[in-house]
Amino acid sequence: MSNDVAVAGVGMHPWGKWGKNFVEYGVHAARAALADSGIDWQDVGLVVGGETVRNGYGGYVAGATFAQALGWNGASVATSYAACATGAQAIDTARARILAGMCDVALVVGADTTPKGFLAPNAGERWDDPDWLRFRLLGMTNPAYFALYARRRMDLYGATQADFAQVKVKNARHGLNNPNARYRKLVSAEDVLASAIVSDPLHLLDICATSDGAAAVVLTSLDYARKRGLTNPVRVRAVSTVTPTFPNTVMDMPNLSTDSSAVAGVPERTFKESIAHAAYEEAGIGPEEVSLAEVYDLSTALELDWIEDLALCKRGEAETLLRAGDTTLGGRIPVNPSGGLACFGEAVPAQALAQVCEVTWQLRGQAVGRQVENAKVGITANQGLFGHGSSVLLSV
Amino acid sequence: MSQTATPAIEGWFTTGPAPALVGSRCTTCATVFFPRTGGFCRNPACSGEEFEGIELSRRGRIWSYTDAQYQPPPPYIPATDPYVPFALAAVELPEGLVVLGQVAGGYGVADLEVGAEAELVVETLYTDDTGDRTIWRWKPVIEMGQEADQ
Repeated sequence: MSNDVAVAGVGMHPWGKWGKNFVEYGVHAARAALADSGIDWQDVGLVVGGETVRNGYGGYVAGATFAQALGWNGASVATSYAACATGAQAIDTARARILAGMCDVALVVGADTTPKGFLAPNAGERWDDPDWLRFRLLGMTNPAYFALYARRRMDLYGATQADFAQVKVKNARHGLNNPNARYRKLVSAEDVLASAIVSDPLHLLDICATSDGAAAVVLTSLDYARKRGLTNPVRVRAVSTVTPTFPNTVMDMPNLSTDSSAVAGVPERTFKESIAHAAYEEAGIGPEEVSLAEVYDLSTALELDWIEDLALCKRGEAETLLRAGDTTLGGRIPVNPSGGLACFGEAVPAQALAQVCEVTWQLRGQAVGRQVENAKVGITANQGLFGHGSSVLLSV
Repeated sequence: MSQTATPAIEGWFTTGPAPALVGSRCTTCATVFFPRTGGFCRNPACSGEEFEGIELSRRGRIWSYTDAQYQPPPPYIPATDPYVPFALAAVELPEGLVVLGQVAGGYGVADLEVGAEAELVVETLYTDDTGDRTIWRWKPVIEMGQEADQ
């Protein structure tokens, strides 16, 4: 039996700093996705919202919040929290309900409003919360973790700050014509290298901003899609939301330490490798078949890690791909044709959905100004706090 | 450090001339955890529920490193005004785990390298109305003969 579901519609609210409530962004994206699908809101049987735990607003009940704002239609509701993987987990919930025959049409929505500057934990003293302790005891910000990974690439594989800058140059060019991108401006390597160092070796322009934004996806059963005349829809082939395997030996946000491998031994795959591996396994599709990838470039250097985690090249070879232009539009395996987080900035509960929106447009041939030629298979990847990560594999 | 120096968090490290991090070792499977843990062993192959406290090795190898050029947001408490950047290191210990820490005062990223040795020290993190509050830090181990290069 196929585990596929159809992507009937996708939509976004442009990323930026708009000063509005997250509900307004989410409804905008939901209506855009519904319009794209041609399916009436009254026919939606399940609404899944991506929630955020940050910033102290009432985003805690996002599924119902969006359902009410769209006008109560009696649909079932669910809410997902999985940090950066929130949107993919929400898709997984919708997919499971559809595959179980419990609904035909599901609307998945994620939206966020984020503050300026460093993401920081909510107020209050929490001596048992690693996300609080890492700031109190170490002053360990998110970019500091990104910088640890970047430095390892330099010391182990010979990456340079100029390589990292080149990732930004590439992604800025990719996102130039993307109407949903926040930053649509060419950036030179000199611009990146002249920007302030935030956490050595990363410059300000190596690190993604935080943005307001929203994305939504309408999923249906393949039967329902067929009945509506959608004969060759983009299909979700796999959704991976695996947790790490003990011992998790990579220093992950927001932890102060890793697990010990002394007794259990080092696992076959790192957490990020296992996220992608599970997606490939479920889809029965290998990395050599991938036309494009949308990966979580929280930093420029992290995009290079992801290319290897997705097995698009061997460990330590991502810089070789980058330098050869392989990951650029027109290259062998374009990475982040949307412009990535470099052009969007991160809107946590919406970001994994935005990746799926982009892959859908690419596979439909609708990615105007950034189209990957002959795109057949696309994969997304992200990882965030507390052992959350995801990968969604789509194909036509 | 003043006479009133106390750890910024209780029970995570010892003080004195040879300070060390305090972890937990599962009495069933011998897996080591830091920070200390209790309840159920997190090794999925182990059903242990008892732990003993152990002092971790004071020296390890640098897994990676960086610094904080901008003042981190609260609940970080800056030690000085104006803010002075500090370095951070993740150090892999012989017990098979990597532990983050700030780098000892006076050392920056130029003094660090992946794979190089670092040793645990205890220094002041910030000062509050009870006096100095201390924290563990990683100090690069400079071998004899390398001093001249620094």
